[in-house]
Amino acid sequence: MKTIHLGAGAGYSGDRIEPAVELAEKGDIQYLVFECLAERTIALAQAAKLKDPALGYDPLLAARMKAVLAPCRARGIRIITNMGAANPVAAAEKTMEIARAMGLKGLKIAAVTGDDVFEHVRKGDFAIDESVEPVSSLGERIVSANAYLGAKPIVEALEGGAEVVITGRVSDPALFLAPQIHELGWAMDDWTRLGRGIAVGHLLECAAQVTGGYFADPGYKDVPDIARVGFPIAAVAEDGSAVITKVPGSGGMVTRATCTEQLLYEIHDPTRYYQPDVVADFSKVTLTEDGRDRVRVAGAAGTPKTGTLKVTVGYLDSYLGEGQISYAGPGALARGRLALEILEERLESTGIRCREVRGELIGVDAILGPKLSSRDGQPNEVRVRLAARTDNLEDAIRVGNEVEALYLNGPAGGGGARSWAREIMGVVSVLIPEQLAQPAVHRMES
Amino acid sequence: MRLREIAHSRTGDKGDISNISVIAYDLKDYALIAKHVTAERVREHYSQIAKGEVTRYELPQLGALNFVLRGALGGGVTRSLALDTHGKCLGSAILDMEIL
Repeated sequence: MKTIHLGAGAGYSGDRIEPAVELAEKGDIQYLVFECLAERTIALAQAAKLKDPALGYDPLLAARMKAVLAPCRARGIRIITNMGAANPVAAAEKTMEIARAMGLKGLKIAAVTGDDVFEHVRKGDFAIDESVEPVSSLGERIVSANAYLGAKPIVEALEGGAEVVITGRVSDPALFLAPQIHELGWAMDDWTRLGRGIAVGHLLECAAQVTGGYFADPGYKDVPDIARVGFPIAAVAEDGSAVITKVPGSGGMVTRATCTEQLLYEIHDPTRYYQPDVVADFSKVTLTEDGRDRVRVAGAAGTPKTGTLKVTVGYLDSYLGEGQISYAGPGALARGRLALEILEERLESTGIRCREVRGELIGVDAILGPKLSSRDGQPNEVRVRLAARTDNLEDAIRVGNEVEALYLNGPAGGGGARSWAREIMGVVSVLIPEQLAQPAVHRMES
Repeated sequence: MRLREIAHSRTGDKGDISNISVIAYDLKDYALIAKHVTAERVREHYSQIAKGEVTRYELPQLGALNFVLRGALGGGVTRSLALDTHGKCLGSAILDMEIL
C-alpha cells in the first residue's frame, strides 16, 4: 500500500529554523509544510502591503527558504507554506530570486491567491460570528478580509508540478491535506479520508507541539533533550491511517500523551471540526504507541463540507496603553497594591478616557485572577501591571506615563518601570458562501 | 487527591473561546475523572475568568475530556488586555482541582 511522508517545518511565524533544516537534510519525507500565519498576522501583513506593494508576506520567508531550498531540491522534497500571507505572488517571486541566487535552476514555484475577499465582505453585510452585529458595523475600520481556502488550489499546483507552493490564508490542516489528496488519489467527496487527512494535518500543524513541545512538566511529564526538540513526521497510508514520528536522534518525544494533547488543541466539538473541504470528526480517533516515538492514528471520520468558508476580518479595534513597575523586599505586596490604588485614582482624576482597565500584580494574580491565585506565602517581589484600552494613541501613552510617574510619586522603592502604547488590530469572523472566493494558481520557474 | 496526580492538560484558543483538555495518564482513571470533573465544576473553578457557558465533550477511548469555555479570553486573543492573551496558562490551573 502506498504511503506518503509529510514533515512540519514550522508551527508559527517565528518558529525555529534548525529543526526544519534537520527534517530537510535527514527526515524521511516527501513534503515539508510550514504553517506560519496566525489569525491576526494577515491583517498586519495587509497593512505592510499597502505601504509597499512588494511586501505583505512573512518576514522570515527569505531566511527559511535560504535554509531549506537546497536540501529539499537535492532530496526531491516539495515545500508547501502559507508564508505568502497578504501577498503570495510577491513571496513566490522572492523565492524565485533566492533560488536563482543559490544556483537552483528550473525550480517550479506556484503562488495560490483568491483568499482576499475584502470587497465581497464589505458589500455583503455578513453577520459577525462573535456578536449580533453585521460586519458593516465596523465601517471604515475594516482593513482586511481573508477566507480560509481549502486544499483544492494547492492540489492543482502540485498536479502542475510545483516544487514550492506558497499560499495566503488557507486552513492550516489543508496545507497538509493537499499533498495527501494529491499523492494518495483521494476524491474531494471522500469525507472519511478527508477527515482522516485533516486529523493528520491538525496533529502536525503546530510542529513541536506534538513532539514534546508545550508539554514538559518536571516530575510529571518529563521530555528528553527538550532544547533540541525535533519537528514531526507523519507517514500516511492510502486509507488515511497514519503514524506520527520524528527524525531519529532529535530531541523530544512522540507518545500517546503528546498526541492526545495536540489532537484536542483548539478543538471545540470533536464531532464537528469545521474545515473548508470537510467537517472532520475526531470523536472516535484512537492513538496507539507502536514503538519508540511512533504513534498510530486511526478512526477519524468526516461528514460533507458546509459550503461556507470562514473569513477572518481584521479591523482597527482600539489602542492599548500599558505600564509596569516592580517592588521588592518586606511589604512588596502592600506597596504593589497601593500602587494600583494610586493608578486607579489617577486615571479617574486626570480624565484619561479608558474603555477597559486591567490592574494586577505579576507573580501574584496577573494570570489566573484573585480566586485561583490564592495561595499562602508572601512574595518578596511583585510587578505592578496596568493595561487599558483607549480610543486614541495619546490616551494610551498617558496610561503608561501614569505608571512611570510612580517612580517619583508612588510607594517607596519602585523600580524597573516600563511603558508602551500601540494600536490594536482586532479580528472577527464571518461565514461566506464558498463561491465568493475564487482561488487561482500562478506558476513561475527559477 | 489532586487532578494533577492522574491527568494532564493542554489549553487552546480561538477568538474569545478557550478549550481545556483533561487527559488521564492511565485510561482506567477516565471514569473517575469523568465523574468528578463536570462542566459545572469547571465553570465554577474559572468563574472569575470565563464569563460564558462551559461545555464538556467526552472522548473515553482517549481517556480525555474537552472543556470549551466561552467568553474566557478578555474579548479575544487579538484585543485582550491580559498578560496571557491566549489564556495558555489556564489549563495548568484545572489540575489543581481536588478529586474524591
